[in-house]
Amino acid sequence: MPRRDDIQTILVIGSGPIVIGQACEFDYSGTQGCKALREEGYRVVLINSNPATIMTDPETADRTYIEPMTVESVEKIIARERPDVILPTLGGQTALNLTIDLAEGGILERYGVQLIGAQLDSINKAEDRDLFRIAMERIGLQMPRSGYAHSLEEAREIVKETHIPAIIRPSFTLGGAGGSIAYRDEDFDELVEWALRQSPRSECMIEQSVLGWKEYELEVMRDGADNVVIICSIENFDPMGVHTGDSITVAPAQTLTDREYQEMRDASVAIIREIGVDTGGSNIQFGVNPDDGSIVVIEMNPRVSRSSALASKATGFPIAKIAAKLAVGYTLDEITNDITGETPASFEPSIDYVVTKVPRFTFEKFPGVDDRLTTQMKSVGEVMSIGRTFKESLQKSLRSLETGHFGLESPLVPEGEEGMKQLWARIDTPRPDRLWAVAECIRRGVGIEEIYERSKIDRWFLGNIQQIVEMEGELKALEPAERTDWLRLAKQNGFSDHRLATLWNLGENDVRALRKQSGVNPVFKRVDTCAAEFESNTPYLYSTYEDECEARPTGKRKVMILGGGPNRIGQGIEFDYCCVHAVFALREAGFETIMVNCNPETVSTDYDISDRLYFEPLTLEDVLAIVDKEKPEGVIVQFGGQTPLRLALDLERAGVPILGTSPDAIDRAEDRERFDALLEELNLKRPPGAVARSPEEAERVAEHIGYPVLVRPSYVLGGRAMEIVNDVTSLHTYMKYAVQASPEHPVLIDRFLADATEVDVDAISDGERVVIGGIMEHIEQAGVHSGDSACAIPPYSLTQPVIDEILESTRRLAREIGVLGLMNVQYAVKGGEVYLIEVNPRASRTVPFVSKAIGRPLAKLAALVMVGKSLSELGFTEEIWPTHVSVKEAVFPFVKFPGADTLLSPEMKSTGEVMGIDSDFGRAYAKAQIQAGNSLPTDGMVLVSVREEDREQICDAVRELAANGFKVIATPGTYETLSEMGVVAEAVPKVGRGSPNVVDRIESGDVTLVINTVRNDPVAVRDSSAIRRSALLRQIPYFTTAAGALAAVGGIRGLQLESIGVRSLQEIHQS
Amino acid sequence: MSPSSILPSHAILALADGTVYRGQAFGLPVIGAGEVVFNTSIFGYQEILTDPSYAGQIVTMTYPQIGNVGVNPEDEESRRPYLRGFVAKEVFDVPSNWRSRQSLDRYMQLHGIPGISGIDTRALVRRIRDGGAQVGVLSADPDQQDSDALVKRARSEPGLDGCDFVAQVTCSEPYRWEEGLWEGVTGQLPRRPIPETKFKLIAYDFGIKRSIARQLVENGFDVTIVPATTPAEEALAMNPDAIFLSNGPGDPAAVEGVRENVRRLADEKPLFGICLGHQILALALGGKTKKLKFGHHGGNQPGQDLATKKVAICAENHGYAVDAESLRAAGEPVEVTHVNLNDGTVEGLAHSERPLFSVQYHPEASPGPHDAAYFFGRFREMVKRHKAGENVSGVDVAGGRGPTGPPTRAVAE
Repeated sequence: MPRRDDIQTILVIGSGPIVIGQACEFDYSGTQGCKALREEGYRVVLINSNPATIMTDPETADRTYIEPMTVESVEKIIARERPDVILPTLGGQTALNLTIDLAEGGILERYGVQLIGAQLDSINKAEDRDLFRIAMERIGLQMPRSGYAHSLEEAREIVKETHIPAIIRPSFTLGGAGGSIAYRDEDFDELVEWALRQSPRSECMIEQSVLGWKEYELEVMRDGADNVVIICSIENFDPMGVHTGDSITVAPAQTLTDREYQEMRDASVAIIREIGVDTGGSNIQFGVNPDDGSIVVIEMNPRVSRSSALASKATGFPIAKIAAKLAVGYTLDEITNDITGETPASFEPSIDYVVTKVPRFTFEKFPGVDDRLTTQMKSVGEVMSIGRTFKESLQKSLRSLETGHFGLESPLVPEGEEGMKQLWARIDTPRPDRLWAVAECIRRGVGIEEIYERSKIDRWFLGNIQQIVEMEGELKALEPAERTDWLRLAKQNGFSDHRLATLWNLGENDVRALRKQSGVNPVFKRVDTCAAEFESNTPYLYSTYEDECEARPTGKRKVMILGGGPNRIGQGIEFDYCCVHAVFALREAGFETIMVNCNPETVSTDYDISDRLYFEPLTLEDVLAIVDKEKPEGVIVQFGGQTPLRLALDLERAGVPILGTSPDAIDRAEDRERFDALLEELNLKRPPGAVARSPEEAERVAEHIGYPVLVRPSYVLGGRAMEIVNDVTSLHTYMKYAVQASPEHPVLIDRFLADATEVDVDAISDGERVVIGGIMEHIEQAGVHSGDSACAIPPYSLTQPVIDEILESTRRLAREIGVLGLMNVQYAVKGGEVYLIEVNPRASRTVPFVSKAIGRPLAKLAALVMVGKSLSELGFTEEIWPTHVSVKEAVFPFVKFPGADTLLSPEMKSTGEVMGIDSDFGRAYAKAQIQAGNSLPTDGMVLVSVREEDREQICDAVRELAANGFKVIATPGTYETLSEMGVVAEAVPKVGRGSPNVVDRIESGDVTLVINTVRNDPVAVRDSSAIRRSALLRQIPYFTTAAGALAAVGGIRGLQLESIGVRSLQEIHQS
Repeated sequence: MSPSSILPSHAILALADGTVYRGQAFGLPVIGAGEVVFNTSIFGYQEILTDPSYAGQIVTMTYPQIGNVGVNPEDEESRRPYLRGFVAKEVFDVPSNWRSRQSLDRYMQLHGIPGISGIDTRALVRRIRDGGAQVGVLSADPDQQDSDALVKRARSEPGLDGCDFVAQVTCSEPYRWEEGLWEGVTGQLPRRPIPETKFKLIAYDFGIKRSIARQLVENGFDVTIVPATTPAEEALAMNPDAIFLSNGPGDPAAVEGVRENVRRLADEKPLFGICLGHQILALALGGKTKKLKFGHHGGNQPGQDLATKKVAICAENHGYAVDAESLRAAGEPVEVTHVNLNDGTVEGLAHSERPLFSVQYHPEASPGPHDAAYFFGRFREMVKRHKAGENVSGVDVAGGRGPTGPPTRAVAE
């Protein structure tokens, strides 16, 4: 069937901010989809609230709306743009849910908009567990026994049938949010209530446990002519019970015979037909009983997903791109397989390597949170590795994680019985470190069968781990003279140079030298969708240790860009965005671009983005091997965040040309002592502080500069282990538990500037000229990590002299350091004084936001500067002061972590961001809040409970709310101040001081806004945490800083004046 | 200590073009010689290993992890492997599957098949792809590791062209086959019931896969399998309702005396052929076959039904193909019904006057997707209509006019 000519304009719905369960894989899918549709000549209108995406670049769509993803604002977009159809299957659960709401709200009908890809009833059939179950019964497939509850009573009835342990799954939530397993009768009620609250429809399913069954996923595609193909099969290392997003997964499936696989394939084909997904991709999950092969269907996602992104990267088959083409009428046989360039897309990829995905967790950011892995996803990122065997692939993925692992190291567990007890505990209950516990058990002589019985991890996987451990033992026992003979074999099994160095008590460089001496070098193979059956002209490469190298490097002028590795809190999609922009700019400038990255969710690892893609770990060993092969003119390390930056000095030492700011200049900004000298030279102020290399030194420093002090380890991103410390006792605790200070790992101690205003600046320098991209004024005061703070462009309260000083200081810094490319500077402003907090001579998290606020692609400009263009050649010589206001707000994962406090601190906790753009600050801020899921109310009841220091400040704001119709309730201390200041309020007791107390009031549903600030004191924090937790769970907008609350009141004012409007980026930047 | 102390003994694969691959031996430590081909199926190495169509060949698996699920009795496609050698990147010999009874290594030892692992199979595959299939010698014999001698031997071995391998794999006596499809597992798609009315079928065994026989039973045929050399008169004397020509190894043009025999059968009875059977039917109708560069061996081939334009993902295993031009030249009213979309190869034929049709790929799959299983239903339909006295032709049922149906194993009556 040919392209549909009856449609002109297509509305694509994105997935919004990065949250756990919905990350940049949807930027990858959405960008592919938009590109494919525009290639076909359609007019594409896009809505997505996440500015840090390639898909919201003004070039990706014809009209780009960075606007709230609500029915109201989408209706306005539909009214303005009059799309013929909506493609809802590229934007994850967010897009599907929004589409359902649009349909149910009658908006699609009102404007005559149709859906393509999946129709409403198909979406409902796949998403609604009841309807899905009925559909499965109709085609004769089985699901775990279950029932569907809307109340605790119903749930109790059902569990009599399904028994404990019971799986509890709320309907219509992301990444299984709210899902859990009740192992004991006494936990059941609480978990059900939690699940019911999480579901937007107050529905949850109580399900028979298939814990320990093998878990599989198939990625299925169907076209309008009913051709169905399976793109990839995936087998989970962790059996049923661990969310697939939190499992180590392997493609293709490893422990199925053809008969069993084909049964699953037939079932998948029948399911996609029965559900009626017209065109596009779906993900179907199965559970298989390891003892008799029984199959149960677990679920289906009628859209592209995290798994489809993985499947695309694992096979080279671009699911989202093909899905977009199928949605507008093409059939699979009419589309060419990009990679071979001659065969059609109507086939099933065959791969001749093993792909391993390993999730990345950040529990260290949320102390006290339960780190058991369950059916609710908790990981924040992932890596993928390709190897010719599972062993090689697994070991490559471990070093890709950047968690300090370079293989299956021994965990820190005591010898003997106590150690075994600890290891078994880690095997019985899955946690992020289970894999290493398995390896250690094998190392200590435990048999595979015993580990299998307790973990149900398939024996095949365990057998492979056993082989790795056995080889490790053999390697360790070698005489130095014997090592060369073993090198090739060790490398073929995935052992990193670093790991070998540890086993042999050598330096990593020694192993590399030994390897080169013995001629043991990696070769590069192509990912080609067809196991080499056809010639591939697409250089999508991975390393392995075999005979033939297929890299075929060219003699062109080339630049290599190092990516950011796995997403984690503090380093996410923003850096991938910068890398992709660098690729775009350099390609356009005529360079061959070479991308290196290991994160399967990203746009940068789409083989279509760069000229050449190396899907490889970002370690020194792996990067050097690629450099050896490609010999690029230069390597760019400043776009991928801390990951490539950490390699910069070593790369330079190895003779690799680094483009842009020199590694020495980077070091000068990051090394505390060199930096202090620099500031002195420039006569710039910073809060007093010093470096401490031992607890004693820390105490002396703190004593000298005076408490409160801000303490943190040097060289970290995302405020890891950054804390404000009030006194010497807390300092002791910090030095003892939070960090181990040492000469190599010093701790930085600075005077904390309480209540200062923080300012972030992104600037670009060509070595001569420095242009400030944007000055972002933070809403939350100093002490909240800059990544967690909302901020605005242009600044909304800074005075002109302060702005001028910031501009001038930034320019001088950039020149003095010798920045070539991007630089980010953080300032604190207090009492009209500007203090320098830190300088990062690299792309920052805010680059995409600034670029979209000012309408200039900073990362692209920076990439061109790095290859020798001047800013005047590029036409970027002056600061841009936009007339509209842009507000960035952070999005947090608290709801996924029962027990986590929502208070903001110097330790970054947000996973994503949204952007609100409007004509004034209040309305832009209000939009940003809506997008962050913190929709500001325009009436109702505000609960105020603030610390003493904030009370006066908050009074005017509360008075305004009261004047505009809000009822005010307050805890006793706050109530008193409010009364004194003449604000009418009602006093409510704190928790444990009478009833109904504050939490009861929140739970009763009357409260529409919560303002709660707390003293930096553990007791106060603990006493008030129930307020914040219950606001979070009830989804009541809450503010935990006075500054945030004031901004919110401004936002409410804006909302009360008139409802919000929508405007596309293209219109905003036209003028 | 050296790596060899933890690795099995050495093996060599030597190609006629002089390329030598050194790896580890598995299976029986002997020498095998034959045409080296590759199969791109990810699943189902056991079915491939036991498919008689590979007689005379050394098979390279492109998927690198082989042996994961061991070997079980249900997945054997014939009495034993007929191939000359098996090549894999890594053979993992701690099988993990609830049906596994034996390791791959052990199975190959029992059946005398040599194997080589630990070589750059992708490089080998690319060599075959670019240079075409060629003869190789696989030595897993520790005493025969002289690569020059093995290359020399590879150069002296005949290839497939002009060799009749069918004689090596066909049965010696006729026998009845009664087993239907695998009972499967709880939770799979429900099966359609086997039709009650049975049609008497003579299946010519050129190297028949058990899955084909199972599919025929499943579709309501009373199956008698006969040796490839069974004269047409003898078969017709058994008074069958239909004739089936099976898959098999090697060069179709080299199979002794089969053309005339099949021509006789085709003039008398409804007939369906698969793979070698399809090629033999084409030869019998006056067409020609040609050798492909490296053939189609895998489970992901796009087979398009030209009438419906629908694409089935097919299991294919053939090194020769029917030359469509030659059929036209022969003047026989035969239509091409299916093609491989990768290279346009003829994948299906149907006669527009007589009840004859055939398919190059493997509708029984095993291993591979079940998308094309509908062919067995079409065959039954043709036989049924013919028996009812209707003047039905192959094109009537196989010309893509019938429904392609869901990928269940049988089409209901």
